[in-house]
Amino acid sequence: MTPQTADDNFEIPPPEAIGHERGSLTRIVQELVFTVDHKKLGLMYIASGLLFFVVAGLMASLIRIQLAVPRNNFLEPDVFNRLFTMHGTAMVFFVGMPMLFGFANYLIPLMVGARDMAFPRLNAFGFWVFFFSGLLLFFSYLGAPGLYAAGSAPDVGWFAYSPLTAKAFSRGHSTDYWTLSILLGGIGSIATSINIIVTALCLRCKGMILGRMPLFVWIYLVVAFLIIIAIPPLSACQIMLILDRYFGAHFFDTQAGGSAVLWQHFFWIFGHPEVYILMLPGFAIASEVIPVFSRKPIFGYPVMVAASVLIAFISLGVWAHHMFAVGMTSIGNTFFAISTLLVAVPTGIKIFNWIGTMYGGKLRFELPMLFCLAFLFQFLIAGLTGVMLGVAPFDWQLTDSYFVVAHFHYVLIGGLLFTIFSGIYYWYPKALGKMPNFKLGLLHFLLFMAGFHITFFPQHISGFLGMPRRIYTYDAGRGWDLWNLISSLGVILQAAGILFFVINLIYSYVKGGKAGDDPWDAWTLEWAASSPPPDYNFETLPEVRSRRPLWDLKHPDDPDWKYE
Amino acid sequence: MTAAPAQSLEWKLPSARKVAVISLILTESSLFTIFLVAYLFYMGKSLNGPYPSEVLAFPLLATIALLSSSVTIVFSEMALHRGNKAAFHVWWAITIGLGTYFLWFTGMEWKHLIFTENLTLATNVFGTTFYALVGLHASHVIIGLLLLTLVFVLSLLGKVAGDHREHIEMISWYWHFVDAIWIVVVTVVYLISTRY
Ligand code: HEM
Ligand SMILES: [Cu+2]
Repeated sequence: MTPQTADDNFEIPPPEAIGHERGSLTRIVQELVFTVDHKKLGLMYIASGLLFFVVAGLMASLIRIQLAVPRNNFLEPDVFNRLFTMHGTAMVFFVGMPMLFGFANYLIPLMVGARDMAFPRLNAFGFWVFFFSGLLLFFSYLGAPGLYAAGSAPDVGWFAYSPLTAKAFSRGHSTDYWTLSILLGGIGSIATSINIIVTALCLRCKGMILGRMPLFVWIYLVVAFLIIIAIPPLSACQIMLILDRYFGAHFFDTQAGGSAVLWQHFFWIFGHPEVYILMLPGFAIASEVIPVFSRKPIFGYPVMVAASVLIAFISLGVWAHHMFAVGMTSIGNTFFAISTLLVAVPTGIKIFNWIGTMYGGKLRFELPMLFCLAFLFQFLIAGLTGVMLGVAPFDWQLTDSYFVVAHFHYVLIGGLLFTIFSGIYYWYPKALGKMPNFKLGLLHFLLFMAGFHITFFPQHISGFLGMPRRIYTYDAGRGWDLWNLISSLGVILQAAGILFFVINLIYSYVKGGKAGDDPWDAWTLEWAASSPPPDYNFETLPEVRSRRPLWDLKHPDDPDWKYE
Repeated sequence: MTAAPAQSLEWKLPSARKVAVISLILTESSLFTIFLVAYLFYMGKSLNGPYPSEVLAFPLLATIALLSSSVTIVFSEMALHRGNKAAFHVWWAITIGLGTYFLWFTGMEWKHLIFTENLTLATNVFGTTFYALVGLHASHVIIGLLLLTLVFVLSLLGKVAGDHREHIEMISWYWHFVDAIWIVVVTVVYLISTRY
């Protein structure tokens, strides 16, 4: 590790000047811009993820208003197209990704007993590249009309199928903003992932062999490998698209012998691993929260590691289940159907292990645990609809319908977002030193959970009834009216839930009780640092002898390392 | 384990630099794979000429130059290990020379293809995938050359010391990677696709 040596010319300021400008606005901004501290960057990732989350959530609310009743004139069709494109792109790339990197940044160095990430400046680079690529995407609303005033924000859908994105069909610069922003974001993601890999492998404190590394870090190691393998295809797609749009290349130009399906293959080679890149961090959070609130060590630690590796591996070979309707050979269909169903096996193993962890445990229903329990049920439903869609003939019937929309929202909200909330409540005391308010949190939980199911469960049904996704309106009397109305009403509850969440974050910071170093009586190293941890994390670097170093510390008579 | 696990006195972890460079090479390989697949996918699918069999000639000298630069960089490293700065500089300069020759060759080849054979990125899908793939590789050669030159200049200025050995080793890993990719590219582009 290279020490962060201070500049040789540095002069120690007189004592009365130390901390003098602290707290002034310029000083705060300067600190945020210059910082290379993993904890600050982690919180900045999470905060900007929440910001984009609120914006993209408002877009979704507009979509639901438009769809609440048939033949609604609330939004123009082209505005509608922009909204669902921006919503999807933002949620995947500028909410999901920064959230997962935020948790990684904040927690991995603490959990492995290190003072920072392996490359702190690269870390800051990763954050700022991500942040500006997000701004670039939203700036398209202003910048994309360009000289010809054609277009506004991107409107080609979050997977931007070709040849819709070709210069001839997508005038103006909206698609360019989309593609550049994705390309840039990918660079940041790869930089940060390499940082995660190196931190997890090379910065572990004394005694933390791989078999003692917290599951959270293990799963993130797998995710980081998945990112550095799966993001380059996406970047390649964008490079090809730019070459097509600006240099007259023919990658996706069907009139010159190019193939429109090639984009689909390349995009989904990235796209399917991406959904697991988003979901595995949720598993990582659940694997920390569930044991602590069941008062039992995780059931089947090595199996959990193996299942994560297996999921990552299989998920690289299932992409064409997004393309069953394109018309593949029957061998292709069979292969991708089987591999898709195969993912359910390691996923199921994980669910069993979490349940096994809770079985016979002394459950404590604190906020993080509540969200994790809901996650388990909701993710199960999502996995089941996923398995249904993985069966090729079934998918032919329901692809591009609201059933698919329901499926992936059950995964991404019911699975990922719920674990993110769980993680935020779980580590809030560590990061800010205050306990989150339970009553506000409970309101958030109940309202959001109810709203989520009310919004998305009916979409399974409207999908079965044949409602295609991405239509801006529909005729009355097709049997879709009621389900769409219910779906839109659910948004009100979800919004109320998020409101309580935001209030809770602020209220608890101001009024919350002091947390202390280890409020949940947990076992991993981050709880050995003070709350919030000092810049250097640990005064002396810790040394571990088991997977639960804090348990060993608290129970010297019955330490884990005797049994592991 | 029954007894308390003996804490080994030495706590060894892999080198951060090496793990980072291996990860970088992994992610770059993934990028190249996609461009290679695109090239293979469009082989023989051009609607109009020129076709690979008409315009591509096997770049024998350039290939020999690039591959032998992987050997000279190893000689250079060995010289550094022995502490022989002069030999290090000579071999390093030869490596840069060989890489530059390769780049110059690519430039000449492209000039010929563009101005004599009328093959550009926009001519057909062969042109599109050819320039994308070979260009991606060439851009990596350029990055490699910049790194090599940087080390050379710093070393002449006396700024390269003993503890930079690993930095130099990493640059040489990257250079080996660029060469290895070329073996695949040259096989696919100049041997396989010239059947079309
Ligand atoms: C048991 C595991 C899963 C299976 C078997 C599965 C299967 C599928 C299938 C077959 C489709 C294609 C439907 C179609 O377009 O016709 C699909 C779509 C989708 N899945 Fe899953 N899935 C699983 C888990 C996940 C997870 C964990 C996530 C994300 C965290 C996810 C996110 C998505 C998304 C975003 C789409 C829609 C993409 C789009 O068309 O815009 N899925 N899933
Ligand atoms: Cu998928």
